Order: sequence, then structure tokens, then C-alpha cells
Amino acid sequence: MLANYGYKDGSGEYFITIDTDKCDSCGKCAEVCPPKILALVADPFDPLSEKEVPLVIEAERKKIKYTCGPCKPVDKSKTEPCIEACEPCAITHSW
Amino acid sequence: MYVAGIDMGAKYVKVVVLDDGQIKSKSISLSGFNLTESAERTFNDALESGGISKDEIKHITSTGVGKKEVPFRNDEITQVGAAAKGATFLFPNSRTIIEVGAEEGKALRCDERGRVMDFVVNEKCAAGAGAFTEAMSRALEIPLEEMGPLSLKSENAVPMNAQCAVFAESEVVTLVHAKTAKQDIARAIHDAMASRISSMTRRLSIEKDVALIGGLARNVGFVESLKRDLNMDLLVPEDPDYVGALGAALAARERAEGG
Amino acid sequence: MATTDSEYWRWKEYNWKDPEMDWNDAEFITAGVDVGSVSSQAVIILDGKLYAYSNMRTGSSSPDSAKNAMNWALEDTGLEIEKIQYVVGTGYGRVNVPFADRAITEIACHGRGANYMYGPSVRTVLDMGGQDCKAIRTDERGKVTAFLMNDKCAAGTGRGMEVFADLLGIHIEKVGEESFKVEKEPPPVSSTCVVFAKSEATGLLREGWPKNKVLAAYCSAMAHRVVTLLERLGVEKEFAITGGIAKNIGVVKRIEKELGITALDVKLDTQIAGALGGALFAKALWEKQQKAG
Repeated sequence: MLANYGYKDGSGEYFITIDTDKCDSCGKCAEVCPPKILALVADPFDPLSEKEVPLVIEAERKKIKYTCGPCKPVDKSKTEPCIEACEPCAITHSW
Repeated sequence: MYVAGIDMGAKYVKVVVLDDGQIKSKSISLSGFNLTESAERTFNDALESGGISKDEIKHITSTGVGKKEVPFRNDEITQVGAAAKGATFLFPNSRTIIEVGAEEGKALRCDERGRVMDFVVNEKCAAGAGAFTEAMSRALEIPLEEMGPLSLKSENAVPMNAQCAVFAESEVVTLVHAKTAKQDIARAIHDAMASRISSMTRRLSIEKDVALIGGLARNVGFVESLKRDLNMDLLVPEDPDYVGALGAALAARERAEGG
Repeated sequence: MATTDSEYWRWKEYNWKDPEMDWNDAEFITAGVDVGSVSSQAVIILDGKLYAYSNMRTGSSSPDSAKNAMNWALEDTGLEIEKIQYVVGTGYGRVNVPFADRAITEIACHGRGANYMYGPSVRTVLDMGGQDCKAIRTDERGKVTAFLMNDKCAAGTGRGMEVFADLLGIHIEKVGEESFKVEKEPPPVSSTCVVFAKSEATGLLREGWPKNKVLAAYCSAMAHRVVTLLERLGVEKEFAITGGIAKNIGVVKRIEKELGITALDVKLDTQIAGALGGALFAKALWEKQQKAG
């Protein structure tokens, strides 16, 4: 499943996409996320499966453009830690 | 030698006339729907209050979203360029400049000569700009200019969840119905705005001093919230909304001198 | 079959049951309750087949709204809530359904419900509600394969349309048809943000644009915005539109035109999609629980 968390507003599209089929449930993304917006839980979008996958916690979904800002320096001096930590490359950011 | 800078903002047109590096006169008026007409009117007001005739102005530089709507301009300068020039003229030690206007929020980093190194902009979404506080003041039925002082009286931080000006209006109405004190709601509004502006600014490597300019810098409540969120002091000029026009005028002077 | 009023914010509450069915004959009796921010639905299914449902306005308390919706769906059936083997709560108030055995996200329930309503060939579901916009891709079993939800920004939601209906003084029900009363389709309003789009529209009215033309420009901007959201997931046929905005032809027709795909039509009331999906999950989970012993 391609789970898209985030939003589109006038200023642009801000989605964190988690490919739950690629995800190996290691939970490293949630560990390394500086503002702790990711959590590893039983997939709430696939209630018949028991696989644990990361999601963007509900309270954060409407402000990821801002919350993720510090992980996206304009001078591009670093990669987002969640993306870097994910060995199966299951996480992408749309912006 | 007289030169002028015109800042064609989304909400207000600002004009600054410089006389050899000293501010000779300034003027502000609503942008309205006919930008060219507003530009002419505001420019003439500034000339009149300075007792200057149009022929005496050697160079006119425009900036702001409507910078192309000024038919009598000599040239233009970008908004970030004007902000950097204006802010470093007023505060030579400022290296990070945050500008929050009616429809845009920006942060930029510049060197000691006011040259822009990096910048980040939030535009086209009212939640990250002055339009947000304006919409909230309507929902709260408190005049915009009273929002700042009112929020300073608050001792309770209440959270605001909505990240959209339209949804936030309903949230404010719900808070009012729930008998939340208006001063606490006003603070929540400024805190929410400040948190968005500070996250945007953190995409730059923030270097001190940090200056805050643009119309929102007049709002003492927002200034307090932003200082708290960034956990640092902010340099705020006396006339924060004129900084862009001042920057444009400084550019006009350089260009007039450079031939 | 009961039908709803064409309004979506001032509609009649209603309930329905299939007179041909008898719960005494059923092996599995399960239910789904969808407590939304505006309306609440309860759906009861017998052995996986739709039996009864209700649709009501959500009150100030989620637990009460859930109870009321369930009681109304049960009305005249002779069935009691104790006989329902498994209940799934969904929607915005899903964790506040006191008699639910489990809470499941709206997205999962919506995908499953659409699969029942539109049949297994449905692949893309767009749900445009009063305060959010969801896009869901599902497989032939109704399992979600991709989704996105936008509840951050009012543009592209019923709320954005209400702001425009208010500004132009046109009743929300009439917005769709009024938006087609233009000689030529105008370019869409360029601002996405509702606050800025409103000032843009004010400017257009001052320039002398008739109201219908401004409305057409906004409907087409909203349609375009929704299409770009859908494109993130990729649109595959069959395609269905549910939710309040599904009743606004001004937006629906323009979405169809831009996508080049006609949305499926359905006899069932699409507002119950979430609760129906919940009831179907309830059956699957109950069976799973029985097998596990």
C-alpha cells in the first residue's frame, strides 16, 4: 500500500509516502525522526493484516511542511533522516 | 539627490524617498484593486509630504508582488533583495531577516554587505502570512491592531489545531463558544503563526542578529510569540512595514550613483 | 430505496431496511457505525449483505450520535443490539462508539464499502466531504492499495465551496447548475487558498464578471485541484465519486472532463460507504475471531 500522509495547500504538495509493501517493520525511521512524528503501529489502513508499519501520527499530518522543515535545509546540506534510515527505501517525500 | 523606493505589497503600497541616504519622506496606502493608481497616489503623497517635485527624483525602484504595476519606475528589485538591503541599513549586524507581510512569509540569510545568501518563502497559503491574523481578528471580533496587546495579557497557552485560515476561523468560533478567554485565543493565534514562521526560518542556518520586518512585526503579540518559539531576541524596526520600500530606495540610490 | 435530499448540509435524516430479508435466518449479523463530523450512519448486514441502515446528523456527543444512529437502523427490525455479533466504529468519532468491538479508519472502511457498492471492478474512489478530501485506490477485494487524505486545507472541500456560495449569495444546492450558465468556460480562479481565492473573486466581480462566471471559475479551480491530488495516486477505471460534493455537478462534471473518465453511477446512497465497509470488516473480524477460538 502506498500510504500518503500530508496535504496539498496553495503553497504546494507536502506528502510523506510510505510503501508498506516494501517496509520491513524495522522501526528505524521512527527512532531517528527528530520531531518524532513517525510511529510504528499495526497498519490502521489494512485492518485484516497484523504487520506493523510506520505512519505519520495524526496530530502532525496537517503541518509536516513546517515540522519537517528543519530536516530540509535550503542549502541541501543533509538528507532527511527517515529516508536515510530506511534500508528498503520505503519512504519518500514529495517536496 | 533624491531617489525613491516603492513597495507594491499585497495589502499596502509603501513609498520611501531618500535624500542622500537619509529618509526624506514616506507614505503608505491600501493597494486596492487598481495597483497602478495606488502606486501613483502613494508616490504623490510622499512627494507632497517631502515638498519635492517629481522631476527632482533621480531614480525610482519598485519591489513587492505588484512591482511591475508601477509605470513610472526606472527598474525593479526582488522582495528578498529589498528586505536584505533595508534591514541591514537599519541593523548592520543582522544576518537573518524574517519578513512577514499580508500574503507572504519569508526568511533570508545575508552577508555583512546585505547580499542574500539563502532564502525561503511561504506564499499562496494564508496560514503562513498576515492574512491569517486578519481572518482570525474578524472571527474573534477584535480589531486587528488590538490583537497584539490583547494576547500579551494571556497567561494560558491553548492549542490551535487547524492549519488553514478557513478551518481556524471555525476553531476560533468554537473556542469563543466554549468561553475561552479572548486574550488566550489571541495568543493561540499568534503562537500558531509564530510556530509556522519559525519552522520555515529553521530551514536556514539561523545566524544572529535576527531582524523581523514586514507588517506583522507591528503586532507585539506575534513578535512575543515568535521570540518565544525561536528562543532568541529579535530586532524590530520602528516602521517595519517600510523596510522593503527603504531597501528599494537604497537600490535606487546605488543605481543612480552607478550611472 | 430511501433517497437523500439533494442538499448536503441541510438534508433529511432517514432510515431503511430490506423488507425481503429476515435476521432470524442469518448466521452472521454485523454492523458498522460511521460517526462523521457532520453526519452519522449505522449499517447492519446479514451474512455480508446489506440489511438496514440509517443516516443522521451528528450531535454534540459522538457516543450519543453513534447510539442514535444504531437505534434508528434497528427500528422496526425486531433486532436488538445484543444480537449483533461484531460492531466496527469508523469516521472522525470512531474511538467514541461505546458498543464497538473495534475502531477502523475511514479510509479502510470506505475502500471496502465502495467495493460492495460499486462492485469489485472499482479501482479509484474519490470522497469529497465537508471538511476533507480523500482519494483511495483499491484492489478487487476492496483492500486499499494507495490512499491520500487532505483535511488540512479548505480548498477542495465542501467548506471551500460554502465560502464561495456565501460570497456570491448563491444557495449551495444551486451552485452546480448555476456554474454552467456561462457562455464560455472562464479560466479557473488562480489562487488555491480559499482566503486568497475569495479576494481574487471579489476583484473579478468588481471587474464586472457575472456571478455565474465567477462560480464557474471556482468550480473549475476546485475540479483541477482535486484532479492533481488524484494524479498523485494515479486514476484507474472504474472511478467513483462519493461524499457531499458528489452532489455538486458543477465540480463532478469538470473533474470527469479533465480526467476523461465518467464516474460510476450507483443506486445505493454513497453516504453509507464508510459504515457499510465497517460492517463488512466486522464480519471478517468476527469470523477470524471465531476461528481463533
